[in-house]
Amino acid sequence: MKHLLSTADLSRDEAVLILDTAAQMAATQERAIKKLPTLRGRTVVNLFYEDSTRTRISFETAAKRLSADVINFSAKGSSVSKGESLKDTALTLQAMGADAVVIRHPASGAPHTLATSGWTQGAVLNAGDGTHQHPTQALLDAYTMRRHLVGESGIADVAGRDLAGLRVAIVGDVLHSRVARSNVDLLHTLGAEVTLVAPPTLLPVGIAPWPCRVSYDLDAVVTDERPDAIMMLRVQRERMSNAGGGFFPSAVEYTRRYGLDARRMARLPEHAIVMHPGPMNRGLEISATAADSPRAVIVEQVANGVAVRMAALYLLLAQETPGSTLQEDAR
Amino acid sequence: MTTYLIRGGRPYGEDVADVLVRDGVVAAIGPDAAAGADEAVVVDADGCVVLPGLVDLHTHLREPGREDAETIETGTRAAALGGFTAVHAMANTSPVADTAGVVEQVWRIGRDSGWVDVHPVGAVSVGLAGEHLAELGAMADSAAHVRVFSDDGKCVHDPVLMRRALEYVKAFDGVIAQHSQDPRLTEGSQMHEGEISAQLGLAGWPSVAEEAIIARDVLLADHVGSRLHVCHLSTAGSVEIIRWAKARGIDVTAEATPHHLGLTDDLVRGYDPVFKVNPPLRTAADVEAVRAGVADGTIDIVATDHAPHTVEDKDCEWAAAAFGMTGLETALPVVQLTLVDTGRLSWRDVARTMSEAPARIGRVTDQGRPVAVGEPANLLVWDPRSTRVVDPTAQATMSTNSPFRGRELPGHTVATFLRGRPTVLDGRLVPAPTSHLQEEES
Repeated sequence: MKHLLSTADLSRDEAVLILDTAAQMAATQERAIKKLPTLRGRTVVNLFYEDSTRTRISFETAAKRLSADVINFSAKGSSVSKGESLKDTALTLQAMGADAVVIRHPASGAPHTLATSGWTQGAVLNAGDGTHQHPTQALLDAYTMRRHLVGESGIADVAGRDLAGLRVAIVGDVLHSRVARSNVDLLHTLGAEVTLVAPPTLLPVGIAPWPCRVSYDLDAVVTDERPDAIMMLRVQRERMSNAGGGFFPSAVEYTRRYGLDARRMARLPEHAIVMHPGPMNRGLEISATAADSPRAVIVEQVANGVAVRMAALYLLLAQETPGSTLQEDAR
Repeated sequence: MTTYLIRGGRPYGEDVADVLVRDGVVAAIGPDAAAGADEAVVVDADGCVVLPGLVDLHTHLREPGREDAETIETGTRAAALGGFTAVHAMANTSPVADTAGVVEQVWRIGRDSGWVDVHPVGAVSVGLAGEHLAELGAMADSAAHVRVFSDDGKCVHDPVLMRRALEYVKAFDGVIAQHSQDPRLTEGSQMHEGEISAQLGLAGWPSVAEEAIIARDVLLADHVGSRLHVCHLSTAGSVEIIRWAKARGIDVTAEATPHHLGLTDDLVRGYDPVFKVNPPLRTAADVEAVRAGVADGTIDIVATDHAPHTVEDKDCEWAAAAFGMTGLETALPVVQLTLVDTGRLSWRDVARTMSEAPARIGRVTDQGRPVAVGEPANLLVWDPRSTRVVDPTAQATMSTNSPFRGRELPGHTVATFLRGRPTVLDGRLVPAPTSHLQEEES
């Protein structure tokens, strides 16, 4: 694995390896001294073309816990809006000796272009590109599901396990969601059964080959499919065109049909967990009751994000360094 | 003027017949040609096909305004090398070709360059803004004799403006060449809307956005009794609509590009902007329908939509890249590969779709003529047996955004004659002995 661009590129074994490695990383994070020397002397650049405090901080924390030098490069305005081009920025970072570039970009495919153009020699980690992919988000979601829904909810006994047989409902704005795309690919690879639930206007044309079911009816999915996990997607108003008056008639109608409220919460299976990639629109796709319920793992998702990103950075960078193994460093 | 004997070639790919070119016309064909060939320069056309010089109805020469991507000089060199003897220069320049002044400028520079005849296309609306008719009559009456009007790059979306334009150009036998794209259905669109756009997370350009405009326009053309030309149609549904319209007797002609004959949307998977074009690359089923449409005559012509762009407009992330591909130097190779070598078109059909019909649609009377005695010697000598790997840096076009880069394509231009003068000989450009400019100055 040279880059992490899309969860569609991951085999089942690679995905499980990342989750297992993340579990080991998480174990080190329970100590008083959380820092590992693994990536000492390596440079990780966070190249963010979109505002994203949470993902950037998560990657920054992960890299620092592995002792990497971290450079945050907040590129306001991409070449789309006539700033410095991605190419020139990438060449600059290459000249500065970046070992890894974590890129968040509003254009779908920008990380792919960065990884294949020859502009940088370093590893490229996709931290979210347009409406395409957000692989570390899907990995942290899978990690969170595995912790809660596989085995006895411990860490040690789930190593090597995938998500075979789990039923996951992903609800909301699939059309604009890189989180949904990454999750469908990854959860399928890990053996889970995914149902996407959305108003037809928020599902892409051409969804038929996706390895998942599609429903327009959240109540039916909650009742009939009895999902083990329900993931509420953020309604991404910032990505929505107003052409045709919008994608749904009103926020109230959206909430009524696709929001996770107390009534639908009550009909979920007892063990089901509630997830959200954040930031939440409380009262739109998720009610406060649901977001704050004991079955919500939304805050834990954030914590798990650090462990998963440590694992991704470790697997992409540390394994190139001879003599450095996680086991040694974690001692 | 030098006399040329094109020896051993096959006009229209049929029987071998020598062609004698003298004083700008075809002076003799067959046994008479060699007999009258004293002191003629011999062009060895053994194994080659002799066709009327190709006529492109859809070329972006970028001048004035984007001379960093192409000039009339470089674009017409590329055209000559591609076997063309005439091109229609699209109006979306800067300034827009929406006045007699701009079209005359383009026409004059084209004439002075001397590689092919340059026929400017006039804008339908002022500034391509889709609000008011440009002075179509002034452009028609100008030295450029504009007969093709198009807002290409933008759709004449307002149905009333489209109706008026269709009606107005009847006064001088003009034609509206429509870029069929509903702007509302394609806001922010990046590629064909379908399974691949869903996966790649790129905003979709749905087929219906093209088909709905074509359907409306053929009905409008029928209603007002006007001539409509549909640019670069790209979908199976569009082919069906044109077929239906022609069956109804509506005066519509249609065009397909080489890239829509040869390439599909799965090439977008690598996010390489060289495959970004408008209308977008479609599915394999669409490509098959477009090929079938050209083969059965539903689609009248193949035109390049040659759209050169600078490196910086393509060497970037997909969403930031410009739409468009070069095409003048790969057009006939792609047509040969996809339609001739597959047995769907004869060389006579190629002459029809790439020379005769586009000349007729553009009302260019001295091009697209038969290879026959007394006709203007606008000729292409094409060797269909060779193959070449496309190297954009070796092409005459200034830009390198060829989607066929690195592919092996069949055929190459041996010679191109423009009114009896070779612009290409032995596969190389032949500068004019004296240009118009020098003549005028002396």
